[in-house]
Amino acid sequence: MNVIENAGRDTVGFLEYAGGVANLLGESASFIGRLRIRVKETLDQMYFLGVGSWSIVLLTALFTGMVFSLESALQAVRYGVGNFVGGAVAYAVVRELGPMLTAVVVAGRAGAAIAAEFGSMVVTEQIEALLSLGLSPIRMLVVPRLVALVVMLPVLTAIADLISCIGGMYIAQIYAHISYGSFIDSARSSLPIGDLPRSLIKSVVFAIIIASIGSYQGLSTRGGAAGVGKATTGAVVVSIILIFIFNFGLSAVLFQS
Amino acid sequence: MDRPLFARLEDVGVRYGTKVVMQNLTLDIVEGAITCIIGLSGAGKSTILRLLNGLKVPDSGRVFVRGKDLTTLRKDELIEMRRSIGFSFQFAALFDSLTIGDNVALPLRENTKMKESDILKLVEQTLDSVGLAHVMERYPSELSGGMVKRAGFARAVISNPAAVLYDEPTTGLDPIITHLLTDTIVRLRRQLNSTAVVVSHDLESIYLMADYIAMLFEGAIIAYGTVDEIMMSINPIVQQFLQGSEVGPIPI
Repeated sequence: MNVIENAGRDTVGFLEYAGGVANLLGESASFIGRLRIRVKETLDQMYFLGVGSWSIVLLTALFTGMVFSLESALQAVRYGVGNFVGGAVAYAVVRELGPMLTAVVVAGRAGAAIAAEFGSMVVTEQIEALLSLGLSPIRMLVVPRLVALVVMLPVLTAIADLISCIGGMYIAQIYAHISYGSFIDSARSSLPIGDLPRSLIKSVVFAIIIASIGSYQGLSTRGGAAGVGKATTGAVVVSIILIFIFNFGLSAVLFQS
Repeated sequence: MDRPLFARLEDVGVRYGTKVVMQNLTLDIVEGAITCIIGLSGAGKSTILRLLNGLKVPDSGRVFVRGKDLTTLRKDELIEMRRSIGFSFQFAALFDSLTIGDNVALPLRENTKMKESDILKLVEQTLDSVGLAHVMERYPSELSGGMVKRAGFARAVISNPAAVLYDEPTTGLDPIITHLLTDTIVRLRRQLNSTAVVVSHDLESIYLMADYIAMLFEGAIIAYGTVDEIMMSINPIVQQFLQGSEVGPIPI
């Protein structure tokens, strides 16, 4: 009986969560559609969530490209296919690693920041204060962060793709003596030109996931400091899980059709 | 009672999970008066304020504000209603990322088409009326508890609301600031010609400012009247509460 009860409770909880996030996104879309966007707040958030994430995205992308190249270049040279390394690195980075790792890093930083900020605002009654002034927390708080991430995550991803490839190219040259020219030629011939914009579509979806989950978790905070902690952890965990799930679905739709 | 009503809670029931906080509670808020709500901690006093501006929807019963039933209003009507009621929160609930001036200006910037120069002038006047014109550029974290509360008052009244709801306005403050805030509430009510509802434990302040007092106990209003009527009440629960006695019918 307990198992059935728990399953029922979990199902209801899941549906409430999904409904809550869908509702938040619907309301946000309604404000965006009517161009009721707070421009200054959005620019501030683009700086904080986007520009502020630049250094950790850069480091993650650089070392990911380098380690991918390190592992693949020596093997490739051993089997006489060193001229394919550039293509392998660019293919993996642009299609999968760039969008996904950038999103995961930004979820860890920006998603957590959004949830913590909103959670603190809930426990200090600032969200109720907004409502009491007849102001919508969705328009005032969620929309600027959502728009900021939708603009900035693809930019960060494009930069991450580039940095990863440069890191990979450098390591391929150092460890496997694959020339820069050979690496670039291989990358250009292996990677269809349409893959970059398709990978940026992934980033837009990931940005929506990070902003909506972070916002929903934060605005649903209950309790005091412990509640804020739970909301923040929940935002990062749920965002990352969804990024992985959606990444698979998007790869299947965008790259296999 | 022959004075016009600003609001009326009618047979209101509120539950948090399985805990019943209010049951068939009925309370009238007289227009243009200061009504103070007293009661034990956790009795649901702050919930009454949240019911009055639609932040909380009752599980049963109806909440009328200026004759309109909040429980049946559309979302845009409810937002309009909220804009006509100022709310001063227990811990002020100022936005930490904004200066005091920006906090007070926010409802005008977002809800009106006033010119920025007019907004700044009004913000300065309003902050001046609570003695805070000199801290416009400072952030909430840089102010004392009493100053933060007064800034919260300023934000609550800047839109010239028909009523102001004060949640524990003097809790945790020294006697001088408490007296200052009590005076400010009375003065603001007079200046705005508005209605005020104050939730407080601070009996000295209540005696100074209240036109009417309502005592909430176990989910219902058990006493209502002027300061004199409440002080003379023969209800043993009211008397125990006013005297702060451990002995009596209130379970401790």
